[in-house]
Amino acid sequence: MNYDERLQHVSVLGAAGKMGSGILLLTAVEMADLSLKPENKGKAFVLNAIDLSDEGLAGLMDYLRAQVLKIAEKKAVWLRSVYADRDHLIENYHIIDQYINDVMRIVRPTTAMEVAYKSSLVFEAVSENKDLKVKLLKQIDQNNPHKTWFFTNTSSVPIHFIEDEAGLKGRVLGFHFYNPPAVQKLVELIVTANTLPEASAFAGNYAKALGKVVVPSNDFAGFIGNGHFMRDALHGIHEALDLAGDRPLTEAIYMMNKISQDFLVRPMGIFQLIDYVGVDVVQFIMKVMNPHLADEDLHSDLLDNMMEQGIIGGQHSSGAQKDGFLKYEKGVPTAVYDVEKKTYVDISQFAASCDEALGKLPESFVPWKNAVKIKDKDTHFGPYFASFKGMDSLGAKLALRYGKRSDAIGRKLVADKVANNEQDVNTVMLTGFFHAYGPINNYFND
Amino acid sequence: MTAGYNTISMGTGRKEFNPKKVRPGIEHYIKEAGQGVVNQIGGAEKIDESVVGNFMAARFNNQAHLGGFVGTIDPALEFKPSLSVEGACGSGGLSLISGIRSVLAETADVVLAIGVEVQNTVKAIYGADVLAGAGWYANRKKGHAYFFPGQFSDRAGVYYEKYGYDYARKGMARWFVNAMENARLDSTAQEHHNNVADLEGLYHKMKPNGASFVDHLNVLDCSKVSDGASGIAIVSEEGLKRIGVDKKDAVEIVGFAQLTRNITQDPPDMVELTTIKKAAAAALKSAGITIDQVGTVETHDCFSIAGVLAVEALGLAAPGKGAEYVAEGKTARNGVMPMNTTGGLIGWGHPTGGTGVHQAVTIWQQLTGKAGSAQIQLSAERPYGLTINMGGDDVTVVAIVYKRG
Ligand SMILES: NC(=O)c1ccc[n+]([C@@H]2O[C@H](COP(=O)([O-])OP(=O)(O)OC[C@H]3O[C@@H](n4cnc5c(N)ncnc54)[C@H](O)[C@@H]3O)[C@@H](O)[C@H]2O)c1
Repeated sequence: MNYDERLQHVSVLGAAGKMGSGILLLTAVEMADLSLKPENKGKAFVLNAIDLSDEGLAGLMDYLRAQVLKIAEKKAVWLRSVYADRDHLIENYHIIDQYINDVMRIVRPTTAMEVAYKSSLVFEAVSENKDLKVKLLKQIDQNNPHKTWFFTNTSSVPIHFIEDEAGLKGRVLGFHFYNPPAVQKLVELIVTANTLPEASAFAGNYAKALGKVVVPSNDFAGFIGNGHFMRDALHGIHEALDLAGDRPLTEAIYMMNKISQDFLVRPMGIFQLIDYVGVDVVQFIMKVMNPHLADEDLHSDLLDNMMEQGIIGGQHSSGAQKDGFLKYEKGVPTAVYDVEKKTYVDISQFAASCDEALGKLPESFVPWKNAVKIKDKDTHFGPYFASFKGMDSLGAKLALRYGKRSDAIGRKLVADKVANNEQDVNTVMLTGFFHAYGPINNYFND
Repeated sequence: MTAGYNTISMGTGRKEFNPKKVRPGIEHYIKEAGQGVVNQIGGAEKIDESVVGNFMAARFNNQAHLGGFVGTIDPALEFKPSLSVEGACGSGGLSLISGIRSVLAETADVVLAIGVEVQNTVKAIYGADVLAGAGWYANRKKGHAYFFPGQFSDRAGVYYEKYGYDYARKGMARWFVNAMENARLDSTAQEHHNNVADLEGLYHKMKPNGASFVDHLNVLDCSKVSDGASGIAIVSEEGLKRIGVDKKDAVEIVGFAQLTRNITQDPPDMVELTTIKKAAAAALKSAGITIDQVGTVETHDCFSIAGVLAVEALGLAAPGKGAEYVAEGKTARNGVMPMNTTGGLIGWGHPTGGTGVHQAVTIWQQLTGKAGSAQIQLSAERPYGLTINMGGDDVTVVAIVYKRG
């Protein structure tokens, strides 16, 4: 079965979800483009969008149409050549309408799992629940005569557990998109000891066709991205709790958020990132990862406490940020949650005194927005972080400790053989988390 | 001609432009430009008739019958002659010609000419469909997604082949740089806020890429997508007295020509703007002057290559030498033949049906010393101005020669 044939009958499980909808969009477009190749004329391409939720599937079709329209507008130049022999497609809007139609006619929204029994490729993006994933994949596999391949999007479950429990020997791999899949360039590719070489080769080609950057990760809970993020987040939480010896926790959270964003030159502070991903998701991923880790405890009472109070962040369906550790107005944090008093405290009340306690940023500070564009990272970030060493401020101390910890987390991922090399860890953090510099560097050494 | 007025040319480049927000419609622009003229001539009662030049409001704004909007400028214009004319991007020029003819025929002493287009109602990819109406629809299917950029890209491609890529790009880059620098001096220009430090560097960095746009042009080679209108009064000597404007505040129309090529045929020569060549020659002849007596030109640079080819069509440089002429700075504001001194279509903007009138307003401003920061110095020996307004791929051309009043 060649590449095109493999993509002739595909199912996406959890297609109405955050990740599933993006995976569906990308796959639908790739399949449509294949269907438009002259040699594929007359062949049926089928993409099942499977989900429990009828409302979700209705929303998915709206999302899909709107996104395909945008994609078609962007590739109108190419589409004109594709439809060159269709005499009645004359103006750009004729061509764009036709393309939308050609994508949509492939997609079959349904709540019936049985349609996947005919697929030769299944993407799995249902909720992060190992038993659910195993149950669904097993059911499909037992009823599907095509020895189908399963690509799971799990964030934290080691793939070989799914492989063993669902009895998929060699026919499953981790194809870990980042959120949102249509935008984020990174894909972590995770194979087990048994994964068929042709399946992983296909996965590589498929990712390339989608314009993704592929980083192989070994099959350890959390893989590279979450392996780093979860530990990095815990460091931020622990530092905040330590700081809270001298001052209210709300202020400490504000300070660590600022350290991780401004001092470390990241796109957002660590507490904002937890809110962005969702307190629930972070807690959950830690919970799934933890049993697989021998020498550390990936767990935070503070996260549990937030969950109990129902303060969980995440996004509204509009994409707007929900309140979590921080409260947001138009995406900008304006207050910090006080877990004791169960209320938000305005940042303006304490920002000045906290900023003073942290001290100034070095002269050579360049905000993240501009720093990401710097080509020669070492020449900028080397001296920038070195200047912290000569500073006697609390901010400098916290920043150095944070940078060192982040570096150590990265190196441990390599030592533990989660990542094949340091470069892969850095690529994941640069591409998947939009860091301006890789966590593994020499900037923080003594 | 006198009492010229330009609205802002609105679109990408202007700080206040936000594609997501609701913007003023075509009604607003007609009214603003019309009132801008009326206010300078002592009231709308003085106007005998009006002409609106517009290309494709019928598709951009789902609105035809623009003559009917003249009454919104001032109630005094209602129940007077008012019509609209169309000749693609040459529509503005046609509105001027229509007014000039009426004055010459002595059927009017004061004509209000307006040119208008509001194009930001659709994304560029659909705007390309609309603008393709300036070509023959039978050719649309085999044309490029970006139809007109495609047409002029083909011309540029032949020019590169014949005279050399780097040589040509050097001239086209300078054309772009001049456009930006001139636009910065005019507060109504779309690129007025442009503050790119290294324009030439930027231009050369953006290599033409046929996969995303057209083969031989980058977006900096192209005119802007604009919402805007311009208005001007075309008056007889009698009319000047009526509106109380001094001759020194007006320009005299001393010659004009309006020629049209067969739209169903390909251009006779890909590296010559044949209709422009013929129309300019005819206009200069009717004025009884030569190009050497012209002090400044506004030409239809819908693409930088059209600017270079116009230099050749006007006889300022021999075939193939236009790029060099431009690269040497001869068309810059301090060059021997300042062209497009408020930015032209690439810098000031290109509200398609409005452009012909905008060109006349710029020449009027320059010849009467009203160009503000964009003012150039004209010598007494060369008191003439020339406008070249083109519709389609060198199909409809309006050439007008002006003289200080
Ligand atoms: N959100 C992220 O940032 C992110 C990033 C990478 C990977 N992931 C992983 O992707 C997967 C999906 O996450 P998400 O964030 O899209 O979750 P989500 O809750 O947005 O989507 C899950 C979807 O699965 C559907 N579903 C649940 N049970 C089902 C069943 N039995 N049959 C069919 N559909 C069912 C739900 O209706 C929902 O539409 C998880 O494994 C998650 O760990 C998430």
